[in-house]
Amino acid sequence: MLQNKGRPNRLGVAGWLGGGSWGVERYLYTLHRVTGLGLLAYFLMHIGVTTSRAFGPETWERAMGAVSGPLFKVGEYLVFLAFAFHAVNGVRLALVELGIGIGKPIEPVYPYRTSVDVQRPLAIGVMILAAVIAALGGVQFLESFR
Amino acid sequence: MRDQRLWTWHVGAGLVILVFLGLHMAIMHVDAILGVFNRPGSEAIDWANVVTRARSAFFMVTYVVLLGMALFHGLYGLRNILFELNPGDGLKKGLSVLLTVVGVGLFGLGTWAAWASFGLARTL
Repeated sequence: MLQNKGRPNRLGVAGWLGGGSWGVERYLYTLHRVTGLGLLAYFLMHIGVTTSRAFGPETWERAMGAVSGPLFKVGEYLVFLAFAFHAVNGVRLALVELGIGIGKPIEPVYPYRTSVDVQRPLAIGVMILAAVIAALGGVQFLESFR
Repeated sequence: MRDQRLWTWHVGAGLVILVFLGLHMAIMHVDAILGVFNRPGSEAIDWANVVTRARSAFFMVTYVVLLGMALFHGLYGLRNILFELNPGDGLKKGLSVLLTVVGVGLFGLGTWAAWASFGLARTL
């Protein structure tokens, strides 16, 4: 990681990958943005594909046939994973923004608990929940390959 | 003030999406475990199940609400990411207009599809 020691920020786009002493929560935020962009790209295509249902069964079956290959099924599961993470992490971000789950400010007398000590269990719990949701969705995806 | 209002809408839309997209994901991808939303032995994308949902006013309304909320949430999020690259004022204005036009256009297309499917399903 590059540390900013008073010099101008010249990291550019590379700064998106790691601009300093990033904690787990910062990487979760970055992954939140990456999954958000992936979901947006999929959603824009999804609107187009699902519009075919308005034209009747033949058009619908043709559209579904075009997106039913094994590669599409794997891609669809990746979208589900992105949804699972983005949703639960979004709830965590909303809670933290409202000041819930980050502890109260205290006088910094050593040894002291920081907000990271308080919000880290929230982040871990959120990731476990995302993994559970991903596993639930994985059951149907695995069955679709039989 | 405007940005604060838009951000509040962004978070609020996310919470609405959590409920409606959660339901959509349960119907489409978790029903093998739940077994309540689709005909036994069928897939969610089978035409019969699509017609069943399309003729329901509940699904038509929730699809349109989900469409609007998701388009706003996603495109506003994209706008925020792009604005962090610090473009000039003219480019910022152009991006805002472009994303608004794309969002409104796709909302119109999706709403028409939901309404047309509702009408078609009712005749089947």
